[in-house]
Amino acid sequence: MLARASAALLLPPLLFLAPRARASSDPAEAEEEREGHGHGGGGYRVVQWEWSYVQTPYVIAVWLLVASVAKILFQLSRRLTRVVPESVLLILLGLALGGLALLADDKQPYQLEPALFFLFLLPTIVGDAGYFMPARLFFDNLGAILTYAVAGTLWNAFGTGLALTAAHRLGVIDERVEAGLLDFLLFGALISAVDPVAVLAVFEEVHVNDTLFIIVFGESLLNDAVTVVLYKVYISFVEVGTENVQMADYFKGMASFLVVSAGGTSVGLVFAVILSLLTRFTKKVRIIEPLFVLLLVYLAYLTAELFSLSSILSMTFCGIGANKYVEANISQKSRTAVKYTMKTLASIAETLIFIFLGISAVDKSKWAWDTGLVACTLIFIFIFRALGVMGQTWVLNRFRLVPLDKIDQVVMSYGGLRGAVAFALVVLLDGQRVKAKDYFVATTIVVVFFTVMFQGLTIKPLVKWLKVPRSTSRKPTINEEIHERAFDHILTAVEDIAGLQGYHHWRDKWEQFDKNYLSKLLLRKSAYRKSELWEAYQKINIRDAISVIDQGGNVVNAARLSLPSVTSGASFPDASNVTSYLSVHPAGVARHSHFCQHCLCYIFLFFYRRENGSGVCLDLQVVDKVPGAKVEEETETHHVLAENLYKPRRRYQSHYSRHFMPAGEKERQDREVFQRNMKSRMETFKSGRHKRHKKERGLKKRRASDARDDGGDKPRRSIDRQDKDPVVIPVVSDEDDEFQCRRKEPETDDDVGITFVALKAEAPQKRPHSMTGAPPAADAHLPWKGGGAPWPPPCLSLEATKVIPVDLRQAWNQSISSLESVSEAAGSRAGASTRPASYAGAAPIAPAPLLEKNQEEEEEEDETVPLVPSRRPPVPSPLPAALAPGRHRKPRVYLRSLVTSPPSGGSEGPAGKGPTQL
Amino acid sequence: MREGRTKGGTWRRGCVSCPSIRAPKVPLAFSGGAMGSWQARPEQQHYYHQLAQKTGFSAEQIKNLHHRFRELSANGETIRNQQEGESGRLEELDLGHFLMVMSHFRPPRHKSGEDERCAVRRQKLRFLFNMHDTDNDGTITLVEYRKVVEELLSKSGAIGHEAAKAIADAAMLEVASTNVPHMAPDEFYEGITFEHFEQILNGLEMESRMHIRFLDVDTSTVRCGKAGSTSTP
Repeated sequence: MLARASAALLLPPLLFLAPRARASSDPAEAEEEREGHGHGGGGYRVVQWEWSYVQTPYVIAVWLLVASVAKILFQLSRRLTRVVPESVLLILLGLALGGLALLADDKQPYQLEPALFFLFLLPTIVGDAGYFMPARLFFDNLGAILTYAVAGTLWNAFGTGLALTAAHRLGVIDERVEAGLLDFLLFGALISAVDPVAVLAVFEEVHVNDTLFIIVFGESLLNDAVTVVLYKVYISFVEVGTENVQMADYFKGMASFLVVSAGGTSVGLVFAVILSLLTRFTKKVRIIEPLFVLLLVYLAYLTAELFSLSSILSMTFCGIGANKYVEANISQKSRTAVKYTMKTLASIAETLIFIFLGISAVDKSKWAWDTGLVACTLIFIFIFRALGVMGQTWVLNRFRLVPLDKIDQVVMSYGGLRGAVAFALVVLLDGQRVKAKDYFVATTIVVVFFTVMFQGLTIKPLVKWLKVPRSTSRKPTINEEIHERAFDHILTAVEDIAGLQGYHHWRDKWEQFDKNYLSKLLLRKSAYRKSELWEAYQKINIRDAISVIDQGGNVVNAARLSLPSVTSGASFPDASNVTSYLSVHPAGVARHSHFCQHCLCYIFLFFYRRENGSGVCLDLQVVDKVPGAKVEEETETHHVLAENLYKPRRRYQSHYSRHFMPAGEKERQDREVFQRNMKSRMETFKSGRHKRHKKERGLKKRRASDARDDGGDKPRRSIDRQDKDPVVIPVVSDEDDEFQCRRKEPETDDDVGITFVALKAEAPQKRPHSMTGAPPAADAHLPWKGGGAPWPPPCLSLEATKVIPVDLRQAWNQSISSLESVSEAAGSRAGASTRPASYAGAAPIAPAPLLEKNQEEEEEEDETVPLVPSRRPPVPSPLPAALAPGRHRKPRVYLRSLVTSPPSGGSEGPAGKGPTQL
Repeated sequence: MREGRTKGGTWRRGCVSCPSIRAPKVPLAFSGGAMGSWQARPEQQHYYHQLAQKTGFSAEQIKNLHHRFRELSANGETIRNQQEGESGRLEELDLGHFLMVMSHFRPPRHKSGEDERCAVRRQKLRFLFNMHDTDNDGTITLVEYRKVVEELLSKSGAIGHEAAKAIADAAMLEVASTNVPHMAPDEFYEGITFEHFEQILNGLEMESRMHIRFLDVDTSTVRCGKAGSTSTP
């Protein structure tokens, strides 16, 4: 942002604006301006023309717009973009625009200005590349990257320069090109560097494997130091004249290489430390976190430029160094913001660079064509690149564990693209001193175009033809992450055993150092404990949860579609119909089968959040038909509601704040789903494990410690128990008591000898059979029908049987009242029901399966009995008294999961707030 | 290894079991396998040659590793496991076994065919699997897997014990869900078998990763073994 703003100040001399040229590129724009400035006011002129006032920012904005629109247009044709890289299209567009401008005016008004390029366009791209550089991959291949970047670039530069001089001497290059050895060496230096912008643009579309990409891309970044030094040294040599160059100057040149590269790197690292430290203390100012990142990375670039060090190196290392700590320190939102801002800037900068390259090419004043020079340059850079790669790879392969094979070498040679850096450097040459500047400029343009367009176009088919291993964008699974780490440890250990101090040894040392000192210094305390694996684990969970939500969303639609078909005459089975619809879908996806209950919970929430009145209304019709509802179901429903409703009620008081972002609906959902998801995963799993124990040891009593481990499956067991009498709702008097109870719990459980299985996985598979409205007799074969073994109702969520803690009662009341207000509206619209809406919503979730199970008992009940009084007390406190003591202990266990399940403000949320639910 | 690749009996699994184990305590088991008199000069050459054929190391590398071995074993013929094995027998390991274990981490020959790569991969996977499968029953149970993850993570202090357990649980669940997608209700996922193990690590590039570079030059001057080496996680 800042960069752009200040660009406005610098640009006026650069962007001379010829009105005709403007009109050609953007005809509609003039009108806009006139209208836009109608408010000018003052004096007798209603409308004033203030072009000079807005010119610079306006031109920039319009260019950005053109670039962005161009990107949209290219994406319109998928077939085109699949074959032709975007960079090629952009250059072509630039050529077209330049041609138009040239038609309108003799002088080319725009071109890629080196100052603009080096100060604004390049840093955005390098900043993005550095910050999001896969650090591990980069450092794993650092040796190869450095070799190619330093030795390779030097070889290319000298080789090309000397060969061109030879060609010049031999007369292949025309005499008009007034250039000596130094000029050619200078030209060789600037033309030999592989360009990060071009490499990124082309390789991003090719998707070669990671190693290959990082080697080529890393080289293009790190060769900056070599290019800068060579360029500067030659410029100074050219300035003083060849004859005045002394031996000492060569050594100075070498020294300056060390200073430029090491200095650039250390500036970058210093800024990385500053940035990490700064983000450690931004907890209170989350909103400007992204700005810190952008600013300091940019400052690293500028500072290096200030001391004429290698700015690209500085920025790259600042990004790589800071990334780990910054990402851990800043909030998730800031992470997204940084990512998007950087990507947006880089993408638009890249687009502009290619467009401007195209435009710059169309400039008569630049063209000083010499076929010999162009042809020689093209041939030489290609030959020297190939030779250099082969030679260096041969050396490197003696040291590399994973050798680079022939195919890799071909791609590397072919992927040595030249780009805007070379162009900007050649434009910067002083025409007075370097007589052949115009020839060099023309040649550079041709070389850049040839590499970007021809090689860029052909590299994709080439990679396909050579069957270069591609990269996969697949996310690693938890197991893979674990083993990645395992490899590191094992290899370090093996190196240690073998008495070697290899790469793994030093990496391990560095990790220790990082953990013991750097992380302590640079990371927030809260972030310090989390490892990358943990992050990955969390991400995977969130991904799962979101996919469940998505499914839930679809399912809701299906359910909604089906609902109208429920005839009014149909009685109870239709109610479960809804549930069967809901459950059929997830059942197909085995992996998510045990999330089914969560689907249901969420469908429920979706009804309330999205469909507001209408969802409720639809449900009402169904529930209307439900015959007598028992108190058990009411309580179940009630708990489902309580569990599911109080969370979304958490809202920020203020709707607008400049300094804080209210948590988005989506984010809260994600968090919620994540928690539930994990809970359920663990339970399914542990219950399975529990069963295994049983298998092994029969009814042998477990040790107390073992039992504590298994805490997770208690709730499920208790569901079993409650299944028969779910009215168990003890008054939550104090939690300590309850915790003590929990300790003894498992033993009694064991004594009971309930065998239970991973039912959650099973439930969705079974349900479709049971819920297609079959008569109750047909249900007899179902496991939970048979005998005294208490099976949990299939899709009854564990939350459903939870007890509402005291502090949530108020929330419950409120949700009831809020639902009522909706139901009144909905009811009047539907004209069908006067029933409280609270049950309408809950019906598809908890009661339906339960009803189905209890069908036999229920059938004789009066169908017209109203489900509930419209406003029940939240917790039916008298009930516990009626319970058997042994039984009454169980449900309390649920409280634990309720208590331990991170409510994240849940307790505070509902209290004292209006019915904000709908 | 389980296939009894060594001539002197099989390797106990659980060797080199956890990353925290360092050189001085290589708990590699050894059972039987009388080794020749390799200290004698001419025979040593022969012995090296034998070993080189068996393990694929170059003679130079074997010599270096032999140096290292003597360093670790304090010039003895075998490395003894300081902690007595829980089975009560003294576990020790001689140079042949030492090299055999190390040869698992030898980089593959550059020009290897597809079959060879597969074999290498399988061998490395088997090594890992046996490492995880501490009780040697052919499956990695949850308890074992948890232990692995804990060794990897919580002991190095990266994350807490509980979190490590949760990760292990989630990972196990992932294995279960990928390998047995349609689990019957009363079925229980017993543990990761080798086939499943292969399956889940399908995406990992194993053959090019699980090895280190054994130097051809003498590394006896490098003092990283002994006491110093235990510092790392």
